[in-house]
Amino acid sequence: MNPAITLATARRILTQLRHDHRTVALMALVPTLVIILLYYVIDDQRSFGAWAPILLCVFPFLVMFLVTSIATLRERTSGTLERLMATPLGKLDLLLGYGIAFGLMACVQVAIALTVSLTWLEFDLAGPLWSLVVIALLNALLGTALGLFCSAFARSEFQAVQFMPVVMIPQLLLGGILVPRDQMATVLEWISNVLPMSYAIEGMKDVVIGGELGGEFWRDVAVVAGSALLALILGAATLRRRTP
Amino acid sequence: MMNLSEPAIAVRDLRVVRGGVEVLHGLTFEVPRGQVTGLLGPSGCGKTTLMRAIVGVQIVTGGQVTVLGRPAGDPSLRRMIGYSTQNPAVYRDLSVVENLRYFAAVLKAPKSDVDRVIEEVGLSSVAGQLGGTLSGGQLNRASLAVALLGSPELVVLDEPTVGLDPVLRQELWRLFQSLADRGVTLIVSSHVMDEAARCQRLIVMREGEILADDTPHELREHTRTTDLEEAFLRLIEERTAA
Repeated sequence: MNPAITLATARRILTQLRHDHRTVALMALVPTLVIILLYYVIDDQRSFGAWAPILLCVFPFLVMFLVTSIATLRERTSGTLERLMATPLGKLDLLLGYGIAFGLMACVQVAIALTVSLTWLEFDLAGPLWSLVVIALLNALLGTALGLFCSAFARSEFQAVQFMPVVMIPQLLLGGILVPRDQMATVLEWISNVLPMSYAIEGMKDVVIGGELGGEFWRDVAVVAGSALLALILGAATLRRRTP
Repeated sequence: MMNLSEPAIAVRDLRVVRGGVEVLHGLTFEVPRGQVTGLLGPSGCGKTTLMRAIVGVQIVTGGQVTVLGRPAGDPSLRRMIGYSTQNPAVYRDLSVVENLRYFAAVLKAPKSDVDRVIEEVGLSSVAGQLGGTLSGGQLNRASLAVALLGSPELVVLDEPTVGLDPVLRQELWRLFQSLADRGVTLIVSSHVMDEAARCQRLIVMREGEILADDTPHELREHTRTTDLEEAFLRLIEERTAA
């Protein structure tokens, strides 16, 4: 690993994005637009207060997962990955480069969504703002890392896109959004316990309800961060210098 | 650092299996330093697989590939080899300059290299254009330019002149020769026989085997023809007769 190469990679990915205005606009604005839509659909400040943070949690994950898995797949199919694997670039340089570039995009995404929610939509946040940002960013990083990992198993863009519901929907259903986790069947609760999104949602709930951010909040943060790191290492393991 | 007495590449009994089929059947040859070696043969004869094995990105089944005195794929070789694949491996959503700046950073090549290689492959007029807007030949040259970044001791080029007009092809071959004159070893694959005459050494392949490994002159003498295309046919005849 080499910091200069990691940063050059992140800069390269951001330059690629800069040439693609539509993708940037979609990444930056879609979460905010959906939250605004939700606000008018629910039309009830209290329920909105419960749902908004979940969207803030889910969106960075979702978008980063999709964008990363497609971007790395393109890197594999265009031959640039093979070229990079023949250079001194380390596998983690590439993965962290993607993590940094898309992490920055996630910052923009979360910043816009939060600003609109907190001002126009009068979203009431009981806990400190930074804790929400931390959770949202960790989610974005987790999405990036899982996207990298899953792209290794996709041969085409068609397959890569199909991985999104596979990874996403079980985590949402079992994450305690629709049914509280402790009311699920025991087996489902066990599964829920090993899915990182469950902890992200729980942490997010802690922030919204407010009060003291105790050990439980930090446990949730640690679990999400640990999962992102694990996915990043697994993703690195799927990159091969030599291929058949 | 350069030991001219030992070959740039030594391949011993190289076997490669792809998709359950053996595509290289125990190749053995050496490539001398500071020369342009042509790798000739029809499409599908194993040229690309052989080049990938030399660069160290191919999983090999058996045999040894030694490059610049080290086993192929050794981490220390990664800055010493310039490699350009058959399909142009550049980012279509970056301009030529942006592509080269990135690869120069990865290879730790000096920044001035970017302008130099753009000049060398004749892309100055489209340097600011996105890869996706270039023609096939231009894209190929952009990919070739990446392989020339830094100061590689070995340059491996897979079909670098496909789809180029004769003037450009001639210019590129002059460039290859000037690199060789500076002591760089080049391996250039082609399925066009008329490019063979521009190499100092030829390795002729067919169906995963080496038909001939000679200078163009010796090859002509041996097959008693002045035409390399004809020579190729004679070599195949010889094989089937034997």
